[in-house]
Order: sequence, then C-alpha cells, then structure tokens
Amino acid sequence: MERPLGTIEQPRSLPIKKIVQENANVRTFYFATEMKAKPGQFVIMWIPRVDEKPFSVSVNEKGTLGLSIADVGRFTHKLFTLKVGDYVGIRGPYGSWFKLEPRAKRILLVGGGYGVAPLAYLAEQAKHAGIAVDFCIGARTKDLLMFEKRLRDLKATLHVATDDGSAGQRGFVTEAANACMEKNTYDSVYVCGPEMMEKKLVELCAGRTIPCQVSIERYMKCGFGICGQCCVDGSGARMCTEGPVVTGEYASKQTEFGSYHRTGSGMKQYYHGH
Amino acid sequence: MSLRVQFAGLTLKNPTLLASGVLGVSRSSIKNVLQHGAAGCVIKSISLEERKGHAAPNMLTFEGGMLNAVGYSNPGVDEAKKEFEKLRDLDGTVIASIVGKDEHEFAEMAERLLPGEFSAVELALSCPHTPGYGTLAGQNSPENTESITRAVREKTKLPLFVKLSPNSSAIADVARAAEAGGADGITATNTMGPGMVIDIQTGQPILDFKMGGVSGPALRPIAVRCIYDIYKAVRIPIIGCGGITYGRDAIEMMMVGASAVEIGTGVYYRGIDVFKKVCREIESFMEINRYASPKDFIGRTHKLEEV
Repeated sequence: MERPLGTIEQPRSLPIKKIVQENANVRTFYFATEMKAKPGQFVIMWIPRVDEKPFSVSVNEKGTLGLSIADVGRFTHKLFTLKVGDYVGIRGPYGSWFKLEPRAKRILLVGGGYGVAPLAYLAEQAKHAGIAVDFCIGARTKDLLMFEKRLRDLKATLHVATDDGSAGQRGFVTEAANACMEKNTYDSVYVCGPEMMEKKLVELCAGRTIPCQVSIERYMKCGFGICGQCCVDGSGARMCTEGPVVTGEYASKQTEFGSYHRTGSGMKQYYHGH
Repeated sequence: MSLRVQFAGLTLKNPTLLASGVLGVSRSSIKNVLQHGAAGCVIKSISLEERKGHAAPNMLTFEGGMLNAVGYSNPGVDEAKKEFEKLRDLDGTVIASIVGKDEHEFAEMAERLLPGEFSAVELALSCPHTPGYGTLAGQNSPENTESITRAVREKTKLPLFVKLSPNSSAIADVARAAEAGGADGITATNTMGPGMVIDIQTGQPILDFKMGGVSGPALRPIAVRCIYDIYKAVRIPIIGCGGITYGRDAIEMMMVGASAVEIGTGVYYRGIDVFKKVCREIESFMEINRYASPKDFIGRTHKLEEV
C-alpha cells in the first residue's frame, strides 16, 4: 500500500457524544465522525499526557463511531472518569478486517469476553447481507457478558457460556462453539477473544476443514506499520497492518500464536497455561 | 548491469538497507524485510539493560515526514543475544546497532552483543530525544565521538559505522573524529531536531515526550548536504540515511557520496516493499543513463567539481 507524501497520521480531538454502560465493566463511548471502519479494524485513542491505546470498533453507522471498552488499567481508569463533551484523540482506522464471503449462507461467530465487540459489528453486517448468524458469547460470569440484548434484537442465534454457569451453559465458549459445529454446517467461523481460546478454535476449525478468521492482538506503538513492535514470530508480519485479522491457517503458522507475545520493550511474555 | 555495491568490507546485492529503529526488532521481522528486497537490515538499537522507552504516543506523521520519540525501547543485551540468532542463515546482511551512556557502556555492548552473528555494527551517537544518550548526552561532539568509536574499535574487528546527527554544527569535524577513532564508515544521518507537533484543540504536544526526532522528506535535503560535507572531509565510505522515499532520493545521496542508503520512514509511505521499489527505480535510471554499476555515479557531484 502506498501513501502519498504529505499524509498526516495524528490523533484528531473529538468530544465524547454519548456513553453507554454495557455491563459491569464495559462502556461504549460514542463519537460523531465520518470515519469508516470495517469490523475487526481498530482505532487508537489518545488521552493527552496519559497514554494511547488501540481499540476495535464495535459500532460504526451514520457518522457515529462506537468503542466498547473495559476498565482494566491506568488508561481506561482515566477514560472512565471522562464525561460527555470531554475530548479525546482518535486516529485510524487501521489494520485488516473480518471478511464475509458473498455466497455464505450461515456463519458462526465466537467471542470471548471483550472479543464480542468487533464481532457484534460483523454480525450486523452479515445479517444485513442475508447471512444466518450463530453467535457464541462467553464470559467469566453473567454480569461480564456483552451485547446479549443487541444480538438478540438482531435475531442472531445466541449461545451463551459462562465459566461459573451464572448465565447460559456452564463452561468455555469453545465447547459451545464445538457443539454448534457438530450440529450445523458453517461457511466460515469468526473468532475474537483470549488467545488460548482463539488457538483452540483455530484447531477445531482446521480439524473440520472449516475456514476461519481470527483477530491477533499484539502490543503496538505506531499502528501504521513502521515501528515493528507488533511483528509476530513466524512470518514477521505486522499485526497492525497485515493483521490483526488473519485466517486461521495463517495464524497457525505463526510460531508465537497461542504461545507468547511481546511487551513494549520487546520481552517475550508467555500465555498462561502454555 | 548490477546493483551490487562493495564498501568497508561489506558486499550488498543492492544499495538499500533497513534503517535502525524501524521494524528491525526481531529475527522474524528482519527476515520479512529482507524478503521485501532490502540487501540488509540495521537492527533496532540495543542497550545494556531492558528499556521501556517513552510513553505513547511516540510516533506521528505530518506533511513533511515523521516525528518519533520511541526512546530506545528494547529488551536489553541478554534478551537481544537470544533473539538475534542464526543471522548468517538469512538472505542479507544484518548490522547491529548499539547504544550506551558512555564509552565504557558502548565497549561492554560491543563485547557482549557482537560476537558471532552480526556482519557489522553501527553506533548511534545521535538520537535527539532520549535523555542520557545521543545528542542529549553530548555524544555527537567530536571529542566524545572519537573516544566512543575508539572504545568500540578495541572490542571488535567488524566493520564499524558511526551514525551522526544532522544537528552537529560542523558535521565534517564529527566525521573526522569518527575516522580518527577507527571507524570504517559513517552513517549520515540520524533524525533531526527534536521537533514538536501540537494538537490545537487541547493545546497539548501530541508526543508524550513532547518532542521527537524528525525524519522523512523534510530531512532529506539536510541529510544530502551533510553527506556532501562528510564526503569531502573523510576517506571512509558513507551510508546515506534521511528521507529516502523514491529511487531518485537514493541516487541523489549516492551522487553526493553515499555508497549505500538506509530507508526507514519510506516504509510508511511506500509499504514494506519500498526496498524493491527503490531498487527498480534505481535500475531504470541506470538503464536510461547507461550506468553499469552504482559506483559509476557514487560521488559524481564531487567529480564534477574536480574538472
């Protein structure tokens, strides 16, 4: 991809238009912008003198951009103190996206935790294109489930799994997804969530020869393909540019997928359970 | 016709190298860059200890190029030693880049990182946005340049390049100091500045470090002038760096004296295959002008002055 000389890559300060509490830990922040992001792409949000963080897009319609964000760290603590009308910087969108096959009839979406956010946006596009959507959503407990109502309103076939059984079936979302694949035929499977769960799904899909797409999240700095921080071992590809969304087949060739990721300094950090 | 260049004991299949600080963070990322046409890569600079670098945002682009204040984030020498293994199996030349707080640290870095894997080493004495290093520590003065170069020279036989700052008031003197310290070549130049970009809605500097090194097209004419000056001052070869986006930019730097070029910000404008594109453009220039080898036009600007 070429960019003309003079291209400017800087956060644009936008006021927060609306804030919606989605569950115990997640709020969706809405902005008025003509930005066009596809499901699975991300934007980078800047709070001056605090930090800058990437977030996938969960809503993008009629001049509105929505980012569904969990309160997990220093940056998000600060963000959660902001009110409607306060400014943050937004740049992007960046990266690859989940692709729908034009001839697809039925697809399976599997979202673990906050991974539901980009997939809910994808589900809307799929339904709009006349594709039947089965959606497995998983979370640790009932009050951490995301977008249950949004997806029911969309008339996606919903399968809920929680670790403690407080909603839907007790167990991992991978088991719910496996049961769906056992029973139904899917043209494609779309996965976003914790990496160990993604790896399991990629293996399950490979075993059943169902094409799948998965979003690989890596620590990143620039977002536009130059700093190298998000390059994965295996291909060396940049997850901000060639990723974050890749095919399951591609993901399984990356030696670090499901094994480790790198911190801001480049130190390897192994996933729990590896 | 061949794009091959030879200098300072190195042979490159074409004159393009990946500049330090961009993409070269791991063996896999280097392999990827080499597959996209670069003859070699300079790794992202390594320091003795792990460094987190500056907080984000640490990169942005403006109409003239890029500002960065990454601040030498790297995993430190021990981890880097593990990361950069089997470099000789790669299809290209891999050059180490080391930084240190003083000549003792530079010497220790050379001793611990260089043996075995790397084909050459570049000393960055010129970062404009990391306290304790580069220009903020005065490493770009002729005296410090000479003493640091000499300290590393005593520890390695690898081709040794010293990367200079375009901010140096008399860059020819700094280049002479590097040569006197035992350098085999000069890399010119690092980013300039630092510069600042402000978000006018909030009045805040966008970079968290507030200021950062300026690279890209805005830097190019300054880098070209630096290379021109250095070529006249020293006998050792020069690697050109600073704002190369197109083949003509590389040719321009070679005409004022560069034996090869490094590309960093150009990856942003033209993608990771910028190396392939620049090489194709140099080739087409050589074809039209009937040059058989880059050495036929390296230093041409100076040769015209001799007549």
